[in-house]
Amino acid sequence: MSIGTTPTIPYATPVKPEGPGKIVTVLQAGARVAALAIVFIAFGIVVGRPFFSAGNVENILMQSAVFTMAGLGMTMVIITAGIDLAAGSTIALSMVVTSMILDAGGDRTNYLTTHPVLWTTAAVIGGTLAATIVGLCQGLLITGLNLVPFIVTLGGMQAIRGLTKGVADNQEISPPSNWLADHLMYPVQGLHFSWQIAPIGVWATLVAALLAGGLLRYTKLGRHIYAVGSNEATARLCGVSVKRTKIIVYAVAGLFAGLAGVLEFSKLNLGQPTGAESYELYVIAACVIGGTSLMGGVGTITGTVVGALIIGTLNAGAQQAGWPKWVQEVAIGCIIIAAVALDQLRARVRA
Amino acid sequence: MSTIDLAPPNPQTMPPQSAGGDREPLLSMRGVQKRFGSTYALKGVDLDLYPGEVVALIGENGAGKSTLMKVLSGAHTADSGTMTLDGARYQPRNPLRARRAGVAMIYQELSIAPHLSVMENILLGVEPGTGPMIGWSKMRERAKRALAEVGRDDIDPAAIAGKLGIAEQQLVEIARSVALGARVLVLDEPTSSLTRGDIENLFAMLRRLRSQGLGIVYISHFLEEVRAIADRFVVLRDGASVGRGVPSEVTDEQIIRMMVGRDVEDLYPRHVHVTGELVLQLQDLAGSKKPRSASLELHRGEVLGIAGLVGAGRTEMLRAIFGLDRVRSGKVKVALVEGNSSPRKRWNQGVGLLSEDRKTEGLALGLSIGDNITLSQLKGLGPLGLVLPRNQDRATEPWIKRLSIKCRSPRQPAGALSGGNQQKIAIGRLLHHGVDVLLLDEPTRGVDIGAKAQIYALIDELARGDEKAGRLSSAVLVVSSYLPELMGICDRIAVMSRGVLGAPRPVAEWNEQLLMAEAIGQEAASF
Repeated sequence: MSIGTTPTIPYATPVKPEGPGKIVTVLQAGARVAALAIVFIAFGIVVGRPFFSAGNVENILMQSAVFTMAGLGMTMVIITAGIDLAAGSTIALSMVVTSMILDAGGDRTNYLTTHPVLWTTAAVIGGTLAATIVGLCQGLLITGLNLVPFIVTLGGMQAIRGLTKGVADNQEISPPSNWLADHLMYPVQGLHFSWQIAPIGVWATLVAALLAGGLLRYTKLGRHIYAVGSNEATARLCGVSVKRTKIIVYAVAGLFAGLAGVLEFSKLNLGQPTGAESYELYVIAACVIGGTSLMGGVGTITGTVVGALIIGTLNAGAQQAGWPKWVQEVAIGCIIIAAVALDQLRARVRA
Repeated sequence: MSTIDLAPPNPQTMPPQSAGGDREPLLSMRGVQKRFGSTYALKGVDLDLYPGEVVALIGENGAGKSTLMKVLSGAHTADSGTMTLDGARYQPRNPLRARRAGVAMIYQELSIAPHLSVMENILLGVEPGTGPMIGWSKMRERAKRALAEVGRDDIDPAAIAGKLGIAEQQLVEIARSVALGARVLVLDEPTSSLTRGDIENLFAMLRRLRSQGLGIVYISHFLEEVRAIADRFVVLRDGASVGRGVPSEVTDEQIIRMMVGRDVEDLYPRHVHVTGELVLQLQDLAGSKKPRSASLELHRGEVLGIAGLVGAGRTEMLRAIFGLDRVRSGKVKVALVEGNSSPRKRWNQGVGLLSEDRKTEGLALGLSIGDNITLSQLKGLGPLGLVLPRNQDRATEPWIKRLSIKCRSPRQPAGALSGGNQQKIAIGRLLHHGVDVLLLDEPTRGVDIGAKAQIYALIDELARGDEKAGRLSSAVLVVSSYLPELMGICDRIAVMSRGVLGAPRPVAEWNEQLLMAEAIGQEAASF
């Protein structure tokens, strides 16, 4: 059928999008970056000059990369008013699958030496695909059985962890030397400053973040993700396929968790079935500190990236300041609560 | 004697209101002002409420009714002016204190704990008992007494509140106020989600409470209701009380003039509609529960109204057509496409639905105006199927102008606007999508008179089409519980009664009595 009305007012006279909206967004992003700077400088003062060294900055970026990568998918999930508690287990699954494929290309077959690029790619795809599939399954369960995401992913957290241990036969897998371990997350800063600043894995995370941010901001799927989280009934009314959107989001969350698993594996060249324990909490924390609302409909990738950097800085700083683990945990807990409280305060001041 | 003063009031010269005779007013407001930043929400409100009377507070959306309620309930503090309750200074610091002082509010959105029982709801926060223990027998007894006072001792105090109907839930809330010893009851649009029968019951209860000496402030858009229940009325406009009187002594036109501050000469614009091709056909359509049977034919250039009681199955019919609810049997045919469909396909076929429930379904209030208007149609907003925010703004702006949506920018969240403007956003979505068949469910619910007139004009314009601009006429199906509106804008009207849709007849063959009689159906015959 043909289209009905057309606007009678020509496009030539736009109402200028007024300042407040934009300024507030900039301020909010600014406030988070400022918080990051404060945390960074504060630890710098406590720890001393070495904290500001290129090597330490690289260390922080590498620590944050894993949380950021998994946080990209988590942000989308949380924007739909969902949650993925299985992120940590999914990261571990990806670690184990990646390391097993690499290991299979070791002495017996020698694929890793004869076809290094192909085999390494296969390992990355294998780990990521396994994670994507478990994410997809969670999405299918949530929409198919009409269950709360919390419950499905709580079950998923246990089930995927068990699966990972089963696949790995409860063994840590340490594959022979490979490109991932040697380059992806291997520090580039040594005695001399390197303009690469950080290893490829960190840059890859940045690219992934740009892609995820673009997806949320500039694609129909992205708009649908916000719409579903903001008001599911409205989304349905407007012809948005709510189920499809959610299934895609959980699969994408699996994908990013899988990539995070590849990064985590590459740090130590080790596939630990018990690794990435409770990472989901750090990842969720990164999103929340970044301003993503657990009620859905609100959140940005930039926020999550800054959130992950804050957590990375905190972890690195606390370690180097010689704080015991428990103090670190208390500090992170307080920061999560303070960040959300401040966010609400800001929202109230604005209203 | 009717006192209608159209000039802005002056607290010094305002004559005391006479309805109470020599009695002291129960509640009295004088020159109450409230400012947010530099804008006055209340510019000077005078209101007297005597025991045993119902005063209607009428005014357009944005006239300051909700701010006035908030000042009364202690949610806001007035900047200046005085309020007295029983002759003593009344300045509640928060809603709890207002309730304790005897001033209770019943908001449109009921505050019921749906998982708790009726008695727990009635005595929430003031549960009887010793120490930490609840005295259940005492609780039941007090709840029963409160229910009896509002005339509904048939409701089981142990029933789960969430399982009751809206009318009963509202009653539970009123019983809660009564149990707390309220002397002033303020109701905000209490009938907005009630059926005709429930409204009768509500009015009977209000009269009962009035006879017990309560003072009742009744906020409403509906002049019919004001006439049915109120002893006096006060008109609020732009934050000031601009007129008052006794409903029986003034005409609707006079009241409307006070509300809008000008003449609304033609609320229902009518032009000749030329009926075109058949675009929607229903044959014996039945949903999972309702409707049981609906048949109709809708053509381009036609406005077809569906009258009926709330709960008759009108909304369900629209939802079934649109694919939001299951179709059990019967046929739906949109233009040449026959069969059931999903909302997405319906949009593609050129059908759009305006939800009756703007807040929880019609709009995503947290998202921007632009997001809401373009949500169903994100195509063409950027290359490669991307959605560029700048293009979204550009696509939205013409509709903001055309529908005169009052906002700062297309990026403002929809939830920040008033009801009327929100409704225009929801309508803007249908226009942006360019649908040919508009399914409008209560298009003017909670919308002020000015916006109403605009919506009526828009419907007329859509049905007329525009040959010069090459725009075909649209087909409009309107569900409304407001009969004057249906009589005013429709070409034909059909009545849905208990899930069965009657035959549509030209509007000239109907009047409000006939519509009501058919809506009530069998019940009318048994009276």
